[in-house]
Amino acid sequence: MFEALRQLFKQPATSAYPFSKAKLQPKFRGRIDFESAKCIGCKMCVRVCPAKALEIVLSADQPAAPAASAGDTMQHGVPVQSQAPAPAKKKFDCVMHLDRCVYCAQCVEVCPKKALISTDDFELAQLDRKVLRRHYK
Amino acid sequence: MSKISIPLGPQHPGLKEPINFGLVLEGEQIDKATVNLGYNHRGVEKAAEERTYIQDIYLIERVCGICSHSHVTCYITCVEEIAKAEIPERAKAIRVLVGELERIHSHLLWLGIAAYEIGFDTLFMYVWRDREHVLDCLELVGGNRVHYSINTLGGVRRDITPEIKAELLKRIDILEARTKYYTTLATEETTVLVRTQNVGMLPRDLAIKLGACGPTARASGVARDVRKDEPYLIYDKLDFKLITHDTCDVFGRVVVRVLETVESCKIIRQVLNYLPEGPISIKVPWKIPAGEAVNRYEAPRGEDIHYVKGNGTDKPERVKVRAPTLANYHAVPHMLEGGWLADVPLVIAAIDPCMSCSDRALITDRAAATSAVWSWEQMRRNGIEFYKRRGVDFSKVTLK
Repeated sequence: MFEALRQLFKQPATSAYPFSKAKLQPKFRGRIDFESAKCIGCKMCVRVCPAKALEIVLSADQPAAPAASAGDTMQHGVPVQSQAPAPAKKKFDCVMHLDRCVYCAQCVEVCPKKALISTDDFELAQLDRKVLRRHYK
Repeated sequence: MSKISIPLGPQHPGLKEPINFGLVLEGEQIDKATVNLGYNHRGVEKAAEERTYIQDIYLIERVCGICSHSHVTCYITCVEEIAKAEIPERAKAIRVLVGELERIHSHLLWLGIAAYEIGFDTLFMYVWRDREHVLDCLELVGGNRVHYSINTLGGVRRDITPEIKAELLKRIDILEARTKYYTTLATEETTVLVRTQNVGMLPRDLAIKLGACGPTARASGVARDVRKDEPYLIYDKLDFKLITHDTCDVFGRVVVRVLETVESCKIIRQVLNYLPEGPISIKVPWKIPAGEAVNRYEAPRGEDIHYVKGNGTDKPERVKVRAPTLANYHAVPHMLEGGWLADVPLVIAAIDPCMSCSDRALITDRAAATSAVWSWEQMRRNGIEFYKRRGVDFSKVTLK
């Protein structure tokens, strides 16, 4: 009886979602985001993914190869490079199947260049399954 | 009076998971009961053989939603034993910490369900509201409310910072105070007493004979707890009581679980104050040498056993899971017999069953007296044939 009266003057324990959203704890494992600039295409994330939710593919538009540097000399009319040309850094895209992802964030942990990031985004419900296939460029 | 036999389930009022009980009734009293499993086979063990040890952590975690940490810890200790990797003391302490938080979460969940089955919905609401505290604690430590994924090969993935420690201690105080209130409520409230006393009796000798485990066995006076019998991780350094009760009924199971929750709060406080300095994980190579290991772990529902066999590659050759519910199933028909039909949901729920955790498949040919293990493809083909016979249209499905 005493307990019932005590509870009567308490605030409701439930929250009025979607008007007030749940307060997430720091380091929450939500949707995985991808930074193409950092990716080196080692595909470690693809190897560890338990749900086969990740694909790392070559980007459609690759950056142009760097032009011959100013330090090159000419011998018998043929350019000779003082050092081997730096190969153009390949650009990679990430195809994420959010309908398969289990949000374990093992890919984030294993990525040597921190190209994959765990975000706070948890509102991922969709009516169309195709929307869940995200192509990060 | 003529006897009536009724099937209870696979969709039944006990829990949301499928299981079938064959009940023979004499009036409203149960004369005979049988249990029939196998409605929720998912092929987890076979899937584990197809994946690497790292991927298996997240697969094994999904054997059970409630005791996810228990299954993974049991599996990962087997793997580390084969790899001869000694994990740091701090990692062991964090594993115990999460294990005990999980025990509180599981027992409070069960208490809520039991209250619901009793018909005491107010208690159900109170318990589940307070359970939010422990879920928040787990999210704080692991990053998610249910699948905390704290384990990794060679240790744990996340550390306990002083801020997390302070927050955990604050929440544990609230939880302990609330659980103590539920202890008095469960042992003194007439509604609870009338609905649980002398219901679902399982005498001590029968509990031992049928191999019951966990709180179900402890409520029948069997003092069995892996944490005490064969201390793993850092349990030998902790001071806690083994809770038993000798009423052998559902009331005993309520008392054991509520008091165990209070003990878990004590353990968490000890672990947080003990936490040794040092690294949280060591590097373990992805390829595990050939060998085999069996380990036991005291999950919230009872003794969990895992067997892992490695063959020198990065994938296990065999993983076998014995979930605690499987050990407790045999006792359920005995608990039901002689009881009343109206008590059936409560008695089933009292072992805290987890149906899909325990479903395994073995193909036996009775005529030839042989048994065989199927490959993943055979299992898949069989599943498709089964659903085709039931009229499911597979013409638009492309199989890889």
